[in-house]
This record gives sequence, C-alpha cells and structure tokens, in this order.
Amino acid sequence: MELLLSLSMGALAGSGVWLLLRPRTYQVIMGLALLSYAVNIFIFSTGRLRVNAPPIVEKGMEVDPAAFTDPVPQALVLTAIVISFATTALFLVVLLASRGLTGTDHVDGREPEK
Amino acid sequence: MMSAPSHLIIAPILIPLLAGALLLFFEDRERRLKDAVSILTSAALVVVAAVLLFRTGADGGRIFVYLLGNWPSPIAINLVLDRLSAMMLLLTAVLALPALVFSIARWQRAGAHFHSLFLFLLVGLNGAFLTGDLFNLFVFFEVLLAASYGLMLHGSGQLRVRAGMHYIVINLAASLLFLIGVAMIYSVTGTLNMAHLAIVLQGLEGESRFMAEAGAGILGIAFLVKAGSWPLNFWLPTAYSAAAAPVAAIFAILTKVGVYVLLRLSLLLFGSEAASTGFGEQALFFVGMATILFGAIGILASQALGRLAGYSVLVSSGTLLAAVGFAQTGVTAGALFYLISSTLTLSAFFMLIELIARGQDPAADVLAVTMEAYGEGEEEEEEAEEVGVTIPETLAVLGVSFAACGILLAGLPPLSGFVAKFAMLTSMFNPDGVGEGVIRHSSWWLASFLILSGFATLIAMTRAGISAFWARIDGEVPRVLLVEMAPVAALLAMTVFLTIGAGPVMRFLEAAAADLHSPQAYIQSVMEAVQAVPHAREVLP
Repeated sequence: MELLLSLSMGALAGSGVWLLLRPRTYQVIMGLALLSYAVNIFIFSTGRLRVNAPPIVEKGMEVDPAAFTDPVPQALVLTAIVISFATTALFLVVLLASRGLTGTDHVDGREPEK
Repeated sequence: MMSAPSHLIIAPILIPLLAGALLLFFEDRERRLKDAVSILTSAALVVVAAVLLFRTGADGGRIFVYLLGNWPSPIAINLVLDRLSAMMLLLTAVLALPALVFSIARWQRAGAHFHSLFLFLLVGLNGAFLTGDLFNLFVFFEVLLAASYGLMLHGSGQLRVRAGMHYIVINLAASLLFLIGVAMIYSVTGTLNMAHLAIVLQGLEGESRFMAEAGAGILGIAFLVKAGSWPLNFWLPTAYSAAAAPVAAIFAILTKVGVYVLLRLSLLLFGSEAASTGFGEQALFFVGMATILFGAIGILASQALGRLAGYSVLVSSGTLLAAVGFAQTGVTAGALFYLISSTLTLSAFFMLIELIARGQDPAADVLAVTMEAYGEGEEEEEEAEEVGVTIPETLAVLGVSFAACGILLAGLPPLSGFVAKFAMLTSMFNPDGVGEGVIRHSSWWLASFLILSGFATLIAMTRAGISAFWARIDGEVPRVLLVEMAPVAALLAMTVFLTIGAGPVMRFLEAAAADLHSPQAYIQSVMEAVQAVPHAREVLP
C-alpha cells in the first residue's frame, strides 16, 4: 500500500509541477489542482497508513490508543482540501477575467513573438 | 485564573472579522456607512493593539496565552501575545487606518467589497501575528492571502489582472509548500504547537531529526516566497506597482509577515539552546544579501516610481532576512526598528507616488479606464469635490514628503531610517558592548551591503525626484485632496515620532529581541498556560 500511495503521489506531483510551468492558464490551474491532490494525500499519509482503525474515540469507552489511527492529519487534510478548493475557484475567475481582458490565454497576457 | 480582560487578546481577530462580515450585507452604494464602519474598526484596532502592547511591556515583560476552546495546553490551539506580536499588531493597525482614510477619496469606488476585503486582510494579518500553532498559522495565512487576491485585483484593468494572476499562482504554490513542510514536521513530532514543537525537536535523533529539518527547510521556502526573497521575488515589483495605491500601502506589511514568521520560528525551534542550533541561519543570511543586491540593482534600473517602490520593498525585506540570519540579539533589535520604520515609509511612499503620478500619465489613465468600466466616471468628478478641500501649494507638500521618503529609505540622518541602520551597524561591530567582542567576518559584508543599498536608493530617489518635480514634462499640477495627503503626512509624522522617541522604542525592542533569542519564557508560558475556570463547575464528591 505504501508503494502504491508513494507512486501515485509522485505521479500527481510530477505532472502538477510540469503543468504549472506551462504557458497556458488552463494548464497552470490543472497543475495547481494536481499538486494540491498530491499534497493532500501526503498530509493524510503522515498519520501513518492503517487499515480498519477508526480515528474517532467513542464516548465513555475504554480507550486503547493503539487501536485508533491519528485523527489530526485527517482534520488537517479536510481544512487543506476546503482551502485549496476555494482558492482554485477564485483563480478560475481571475483566469476568465484575464482571458476576457487580454484576449489570450497566455499567462503573460500576450502571445510570445514567433 | 482567567479574568475578563484577557479576552482582549482575541479582539484583534474578532473586531475586523465581525465588521467585515457586517459590511457584506450592505450594498456598495452605501459608501459613507462603509467608510465610517471600517475607519471606526481600524481605529478600535489601534486602541486595542496599544493596550495589548502596554500590557506586554508592563512588569518587566509578560506573555499572555489564550487557549481557544479552553482545551488544556499543549492540545489547545493557542494565541500567544508577547512583545513582538503586540508590536506587529500595532504596526498593522497604524498602517490600516491611513490606508482606509486614503481610500475614501476615490479608490474604494473602483471595485466591489473593498472594505470587507480590507478588513478580512486585517483578520489574517492579526491572526498570523498572534497564533502559536503551525497549522493555525497556515489558516490565517490563507485568510490574508485570499483577501489580498481580491484586493490585488481591486480596480481591475489589464495590468492588474495580469500581475494579480502571477501573484495568485506563486502564492498558491507557496501555500502547498507550506502544507508539505507542516505535514513533514508533524509526521515526526506529532505536534503542531510551536512551543511544544521546540521541546519535542530537542529529543529527536537520527532519521526523525533529518525529516524535521527537511520539513523546516521546505516551510522556510514557503515563507521566503512571502517575504519576497531572491530568487523567488520576480513577481513582486510588478504586483505591488500594479496594485491600487491604498492596497499597495497595506501590502507593505505582507512581506514583513514572512519575515516575522522566519524570525520567530528560526529562533524558537533552532535557537541557541535547541538541539540543531543555527539551522538555516547561513542560508537566510546569504539569501538576504542576494535580495538586497537584487533590490538595489532593480532600484537603479527602475524608470517608473511604482517599480522603484516595489524594489525598495525587496531591499527592505532583504535587509531584514540578512539580519535574521545574522542571529545576534542587538542586530535583531535594530532589525525590528528597521522593520517598523521601513514599513511606515513604504506605506506612505506607495500612496505618495499615486498622487505624484496622477498629474502625469499612465497610472491616471489606468484609473480613468477603470472608472469608465464601472460607469462612474462623471459621478466621480462631482463627488470628489464634495468629499474635501484640495490642498494649496500641492507641489511643495508633495515634494517635501517625497524628500522625507527618500531620506527614510536611504537611511540618512536625521530620520528613523538612519537610527535603524545605525542600531544594526553598532551591534554588528560591538557584539558584547561597546568596543568588546570579536567582529564577525559577515559583519563587514552586511555593513557594506547596507550602506551601498542606501546609496543606490539615494541616487535613484534623487533622479526620480528631479524628473517628477523639477523637470515635469506636462507641467500640470496634480489635484490632491486633503484626505489623500493627510494619511501620507500622518505616516511620515509617525516616523518623526519614532526618531524622537527612539530611546524608549529601542529599549522595548531590545527586550523583545532578548525574549526571542532565549525562548524559554515563551515555551514555559505556553506549556503552563492555565485553563479558564468554567462558571458552573460540577463538584466531584
């Protein structure tokens, strides 16, 4: 499972960085989205990978910490997902504004000279 | 025991949050109301910050810890108020008030929800200065960045949207680095509380230590992007010069947030008594020096005043980063003085250049286009007259202010820019009191960079001043309103007061720097923070 997760994170991050460095705004936004997926999975994995271990302790129960997974990274990743979703949505608006104002989808607002 | 006044610590976050949310319910047409509410809010923030500053300075320095949700420390997400954070809160508040007053004249009309965005920016700034939790810091950073994206685009126009897009992309990428760093540190320490982190890091060995240091390094890069350090800063001059004047005026403190976090974390986690002492100090020093150099060259090469100001921001944050990397108590105190002085100056300068450039050309054209786009061109003319009196002898007033900015930025006597540089240089060459201690090699380098960057600023400002005042091509005197000139004058007056009161201010900052360099008191107060006593407590048999 570790190998699979690491590979998928690597693939997401790699393609994310590549797209981020491309000259078209749509590629940039896809790159940011892919990168944030990679980062989110990474945060999730910092609590160590456990199968069949719930993060939340039931009230009044005798608690054996070893039977539970770390809830903090899961809380962190929720926050990170919400924030990156919101900022990506905002960036989408700026992208459209830029397209409308400059008439091109190049990140510098003008086509490079041939 | 937690008495009622200690809730004042959270006021700098709650006041602008509530006011900003409230203003969302009103239409942008209700300008008078929005102006009044936001100016009152920032005035209240000045008062609150001053009270908090006074409290931290009382009885030989006190540190207040506020446990959110009343969870026990170190589980609780906490707010920590010490001298440094109180100082930053006050600085934010005194920058916000003039910028908002300045915006009354015309800028608030250039787009939607200016006031709410501005107040949310203050929420993020104050939160970032107060928080004692790494992930909470991320959240407040995002709040301030999200607000700043909106403000950056305020006024719209092709130039702003293009610069704003670069600004947004680089900051989103930096935020992802921030998350990676936080996650790496959490994975080996199991805590995000900064004070607790400092303790846990001391006990780390082997691979875990490398992991934590790698995480701290990645985290540091994220803050270096925010601080505008070379080579991560090519976006900054364009973005700052494209932003609307009152927005650029408050943005003057955004790079300082990055510097603040680097200063706090590097000394807390890797201070003199920690296990990996001095981690990253050298890197910060060299990056700071490179930033000064890049900024100085940029200043000399700038044609437009806006870009000149943008590169001055870089010189200022480069100086601060190098001073942080220098890691010596006296230099840190001088650097804090420099931080206050340069932030006030740059804020005044950004507003001033909009006034100067107004009579001339491109900036005014951009504004005119903007006004047209919002269909408010004619109305603007009428209301401008209604708002206030234009000031007489405009060029003389502008010229004097410009000269003051030049003197402050170059660090010439008699104003506070000189005091700041003098304080840094004195401690560099007298490490253990006057004439005592061994002078480090790096002192000579930093000293020469400081003086040369000041010289470059002087040349560039003189040249820009001559072309703006003595050799104006169109010879048209800009029409400047009193509400636009007063904020600039107020900020410059503050630097004068800072110069006159340099003694007490410096003593306060020396105490703040001493606290930073021996963080034991900080760690102890966080770890031993007492929970509030609930009003109705169950009595156990």
